[in-house]
Amino acid sequence: MSNKLDSKIPSGSVDSKWTNHKFNMKLVNPANKRKHTVIVVGTGLAGASAAASMGELGYKVKAFCVHESPRRAHSVAAQGGINAAKNYQNDGDSVYRLFYDTVKGGDFRAREANVYRLAEVSVNIIDQAVAQGVPLAREYGGLLSNRSFGGAQVSRTFYARGQTGQQLLLGAYSGMMRQADAGTVDLYTRREMLDLVVIDGKARGIIVRNLLTGEIESHEADAVVLASGGYSNVFYLSTNAMACAVTAAWRAHKKGAYFANPCYTQIHPTCIPVHGENQSKLTLMSESLRNDGRVWVSKIKGDKRHPDQIPESDRDYYLERIYPSFGNLAPRDVSSRQAKFRVDEGHGVNGEEAVYLDFRDSIQRLGEDKIAERYGNLFQMYDKITGENPYKQPMKIYPAPHYTMGGLWVDYNLESTIPGLFVAGEANFSDHGANRLGASALMQGLADGYFVLPYTIGNYLANNKTEKVSTTHDAFKAAANDTQQQIDKMMKQKGSRTVESIHKELGRVMWDNCGMSRNKEGLTSAIAKIQKLREEFNNNITIPGAAKGVNPELEKAGRVADYIELGELMCRDALVREESCGGHFREEHQDNGEAKRDDENFCHVAAWEWNGSADKAQTRHVEELKFENVKLATRSYK
Amino acid sequence: MSSNKNPINLKLKVWRQTGEQSEGQFKTYDAPQVSPDASFLEMLDYVNEGLVKKGEEPIVFDHDCREGICGSCGFMIDGNAHGPQKGTTVCQLHMRHFEDGQTLTLEPWRAKAFPVIKDLMVDRTAMDRIIKAGGYISANTGGAPDANAVPIPKPDADEAFMSATCIGCGACVASCKNASAALFTSAKITHLSLLPQGQVERDQRALDMVTQMDAEGFGACTSTGTCSASCPKEISLINIAKMNREYLRASLNKKEEVGGGDMA
Repeated sequence: MSNKLDSKIPSGSVDSKWTNHKFNMKLVNPANKRKHTVIVVGTGLAGASAAASMGELGYKVKAFCVHESPRRAHSVAAQGGINAAKNYQNDGDSVYRLFYDTVKGGDFRAREANVYRLAEVSVNIIDQAVAQGVPLAREYGGLLSNRSFGGAQVSRTFYARGQTGQQLLLGAYSGMMRQADAGTVDLYTRREMLDLVVIDGKARGIIVRNLLTGEIESHEADAVVLASGGYSNVFYLSTNAMACAVTAAWRAHKKGAYFANPCYTQIHPTCIPVHGENQSKLTLMSESLRNDGRVWVSKIKGDKRHPDQIPESDRDYYLERIYPSFGNLAPRDVSSRQAKFRVDEGHGVNGEEAVYLDFRDSIQRLGEDKIAERYGNLFQMYDKITGENPYKQPMKIYPAPHYTMGGLWVDYNLESTIPGLFVAGEANFSDHGANRLGASALMQGLADGYFVLPYTIGNYLANNKTEKVSTTHDAFKAAANDTQQQIDKMMKQKGSRTVESIHKELGRVMWDNCGMSRNKEGLTSAIAKIQKLREEFNNNITIPGAAKGVNPELEKAGRVADYIELGELMCRDALVREESCGGHFREEHQDNGEAKRDDENFCHVAAWEWNGSADKAQTRHVEELKFENVKLATRSYK
Repeated sequence: MSSNKNPINLKLKVWRQTGEQSEGQFKTYDAPQVSPDASFLEMLDYVNEGLVKKGEEPIVFDHDCREGICGSCGFMIDGNAHGPQKGTTVCQLHMRHFEDGQTLTLEPWRAKAFPVIKDLMVDRTAMDRIIKAGGYISANTGGAPDANAVPIPKPDADEAFMSATCIGCGACVASCKNASAALFTSAKITHLSLLPQGQVERDQRALDMVTQMDAEGFGACTSTGTCSASCPKEISLINIAKMNREYLRASLNKKEEVGGGDMA
């Protein structure tokens, strides 16, 4: 084990670690907090909640986002809900059960101590959100309502119809805007982080491009938080927003932050299928729909009949058949894989890449009004996109890239391998192992931002005397120069390929070889293809316009360049991990379609170290995972 | 729902403007062989891809989630904010609603408080400043009571939710002849004033947000209702009536400020 990968898990029993750690951490005196500047990159749930909370404590916070307004960060699009171990339903939930479900759901590839803390603070998140005025769904008695999500047998998911993400984000955003009003948070919108500045081994600032003027700007700080989201857009088509990028995280990786488990990606089972070549993105249909929708395909291969004409006896409700105890609420990795198997066997809708999600029975049972109240906006969105009415005929759905469990490696304090660089939310790797359960991303983003970082960053600042640095320091000048040169190099090429076409090609390679199922041959060929694509990108792209001013093609080019490098690393990570776990399914390692782990050899986190150039192989470091509370077992939802 | 399944050919008259201070003009582009299943923005992507291949600058427009929730996208199509379909953002508008051979005119949001940045992209940060002026409940992290400690009647919670569904896209401002931000501002004031948590700052919030709205250069509301009719989230006009009531109430309740006291 590498010395650098010290997870810094506190001692003691799992349920006492965080409490003890909070007491043992050093504090920054209230009068000294305003002397410390903290940069937060990204204003989604993790970034906005961190900026708001640290502003409230009195730190000087500089918050950056690529959007015109922080409220547009992609957390806004989360639909279904947020988990919390409140046990308001008296159905047997507890912090320990949420912890257990999350460790099991992640196929025993997450760090127990982190997951326990997540479950522990989950209850505070709901309290905080309600105090801010987040309008979560309620029952007639005025108390909060819950629904169920995949991988759990209790109802612990809080929600705001199909737009829980927007409502929670507006809560965190309003908290941050309040601090902006109070003068503790400075907002830097339409800025994209393009480099991390490291001085004396510590993260001391960032280089950003002002997306309106094209100016390269330098910003210094005593600590930097990356809350820049995930990298599903490496697949080109995903449920992520168009601007979602790995760029901030990848540039930090190139400055020394290890990248952990890049091959752990989540393919969400219920998305609207691809309609054509010029499609720009895929749209999720919330997992919450599986509370009332039943997933099925025809038992007859290539069945072209209208779904109304397919009788009950010809329908295969395959999730209910294979996983009777979880049924339609089997976890995402499992459900996606089964959908793929049905389609591969020829049972897809009209022989195409789609299965049915059917509300007929629940509409009969509960009435259309009740279904509309629960999922109205999702049904409307489906109708708008497909032109079909899901109240009248079943939805057609198929899996699509949605979330990435991998990310920058962090220790228990959410600090990366670069001291002073903290990583929160989807951008880090820490809590979901090899598969994330539904409604746990919102929980993790807010847990990190509201309840973890304000403590651990204080501890860092109290323990490390950070000399004042200025943006005239050589390290800032060098980083700004490098950034400008990279931009100029891309602008100068004037080749024949559009950036978009290269991104599309990369996405196809990744989806075919590093998507829902992977094998040695495919991964090896993908690496060769990606290397060729990198050559092509470096020599033959065309970007119109200028480096100064608004230039969306230039923005895209920077992001695609990073996706190409990341794509190769994902394939390498998937190739080395000779086992199947969660979303990482290696065809060579399976038990009749179920993932077959190899705990003997792979019960660890793989964290990759950049070696100075994309042409040099990265070094794989290992953090062993110990399961002291949840017994390592074959994960079963049958 | 049109049953159009064949690709269509369109002409686009698009407003091109290189910067806030520069003069803009309409330019005409062909959008050939558009799939009826494509979204409006995917159709524009396709036109842009053609421009980029020719070395021309693509048409700039704001967009991101393409699921109708982030509020980034929005421009006028033939004078309608977000286009002809009710309750729909332009990213969720699909080409099956258009006919072969149509010419469409695309213009940016036009309002004094929304300066044009480039082409169809405008600066809507004035709306953030309205929120910053008071669109929040002051609840520091960590001190919140149990979420079920204060029950909220479902009708109130549901109504607050309906107001809170505003995505801040600015269509209300763009479609208003006075470029008023009353619908946007009132939706937030209504959302928070309906909840027990929002009572403490209720009056000050209404005063501060309305004052900021006026300071940003948005026009006055003359209750024509175009805002609500063009709102992709169909935010109700009742919000504006409620804002007026909240503002009046707050003005009447306003206490003389007590200054100079020794807080120690």
